[in-house]
Amino acid sequence: MPVSPKQARTLKHRSWVAFLVLPPIVFMSLFVVYPILSAFAYAFYEWRGLARGEFVGLANFREVLFGATMAPVVWNAFSHNVQTLIALMIIQNGGGFLLAWLLYKEPFGFRFHRVAVFVPVVLSTIIVGFLWKLFLNPNFGLVNQALLAVGLDFLARPWLGDSATALGALILANAWHFIGFPTLVYLAGMQRIPSDIIEAARLDGTSEWQLLKTIIWPLVAPSTTILFTLLFIGAFNWFEIPYVMAGLDGSPYGNTDVLGLVFYRTAFGNQSASIQNFGQGSALATLIFLFIVVFASMLTLWLRRREIQF
Amino acid sequence: MTLSRETTMSRAISFGFLVQIILIMNSFIMLYPVVVMVFSAFKTTAQIFDHPFAVPDFTQVQNFSRVLGETSMPTYFMNSILVTGTSIVLILVLGTMAGYAIARYESRTNTFILLFFLAGLMLPLKLAVIPLFILLRDLHLLDSRWSLIVTYTAIGLPSAVFIMAGFLRSLPTELEDAARMDGASEPRIMWSVMLPLALPPMAIAAIQNAVPIWNDFFFPLVFIQTDSYKTLPQGLTTFMGEYTTDWGMLFAGLTIAAAPITLLYIALSRQFIQGMTAGAVK
Repeated sequence: MPVSPKQARTLKHRSWVAFLVLPPIVFMSLFVVYPILSAFAYAFYEWRGLARGEFVGLANFREVLFGATMAPVVWNAFSHNVQTLIALMIIQNGGGFLLAWLLYKEPFGFRFHRVAVFVPVVLSTIIVGFLWKLFLNPNFGLVNQALLAVGLDFLARPWLGDSATALGALILANAWHFIGFPTLVYLAGMQRIPSDIIEAARLDGTSEWQLLKTIIWPLVAPSTTILFTLLFIGAFNWFEIPYVMAGLDGSPYGNTDVLGLVFYRTAFGNQSASIQNFGQGSALATLIFLFIVVFASMLTLWLRRREIQF
Repeated sequence: MTLSRETTMSRAISFGFLVQIILIMNSFIMLYPVVVMVFSAFKTTAQIFDHPFAVPDFTQVQNFSRVLGETSMPTYFMNSILVTGTSIVLILVLGTMAGYAIARYESRTNTFILLFFLAGLMLPLKLAVIPLFILLRDLHLLDSRWSLIVTYTAIGLPSAVFIMAGFLRSLPTELEDAARMDGASEPRIMWSVMLPLALPPMAIAAIQNAVPIWNDFFFPLVFIQTDSYKTLPQGLTTFMGEYTTDWGMLFAGLTIAAAPITLLYIALSRQFIQGMTAGAVK
């Protein structure tokens, strides 16, 4: 039966649309959906190197959460992720908000400062990590040399070798790297506030502090939501800075160990123990993933509630 | 009356002064480490140790010539360009295809397709690196540049779909209809009428993805073993391990690795800022 012109058109049209959407969908299915679904499945099997063994139920999860060898390491790392999250919320996002507010007033030279604050953001985390590792070197690093130069040499210490300061140093390096991001996101949020709201408040004689607290902060709530959610995800995926600055074992003595390092060591081994355990690695990845999804969604919903439409 | 005005004025001036001090200090903290990195690259190790803050003799370029001549840095550099470039092309082509279909053709499946890509935007592929590793091994892509290209394309594609669909949806239908009346085919309408208008969002999608891809370290660390396939961030760790005590070389290596993206950023700061904050700014 010959195809009617209308049918031919729709057939042609349909194959054109299919030609457009199928390659991206197939690509995503193969390299995103399939690996993520498999990641859950792998956690339920025993692995011998790269070969999948028997189905072991929840054994891998039990070992990661409660096992004698894995659990102490995992919980120690988890506590460092939490400390990092809290510290970065204050320094990186809080500092970013204050810087954005200063830039928002468009003082002299604000264009320069806006570009300057974003310079470290474009650098590779690897470059940032190595740079600060060299600067924090106990003998020849810039930080201790600077303290010596201004007569504060009693403060000088092996920042990355000292259990008390190592994690803090990594957190500050991360804040130096990324503070420009929240700064400029908040700045964009502030610039979207209708200027008549600010002007009306100024005419009413509202003080600068009141303006910041009662008008600007609530009105940039959408920026806060997205920045805190991104920071949450970032803090529990933290890997590069600790890897470069403290090494795969989170030295000194696991004081900078984080979940990302534990996951990498478990799944792909390290120099001292080249044991690969894909089962426990997958279980840990699944737990981190579920933790991020559950808490990040709760955080987003909670933060969304305080957003005001205007 | 005059008195209170004067105090408010002097208050405003001192407040402005404080703002200036904070901003100048902050920009100093942001830029000075980068300046010291570049300065140290022109010094010998002994000069770095003895005069860490001194301005160097900028004619001393032996560290740079050694990095470029003796090490694999140029190879890492080429690999980074190849991997980033190919990934961006694939992201833009596939992202525009899907975005165009979603934005310009009414279909019941559109919402489903959009949700499908939304899921890809939310899921951190880093945590699925074990199955990805096994999949790439089975496809014989492991330890090759393609392992990185397909991974980065998969990570970047959802954001490109959203940027492109969002923009293309905002275009009026009149242009399209006029071309259709003239008997232009659908591919021709897409290629000659609509896509020339869509270059600005493509630039945003390209920058948003290019910076994280250029800087990524995690996936090369897991997928690449062979030195000649390493990209810049991973190669840098090899390089830093080889020259641990030669600080002049270390800083020269860091400077060379940081130079292209920093210079590009200074030249195109507005586009970089817009592109990199595109996901977080409505």
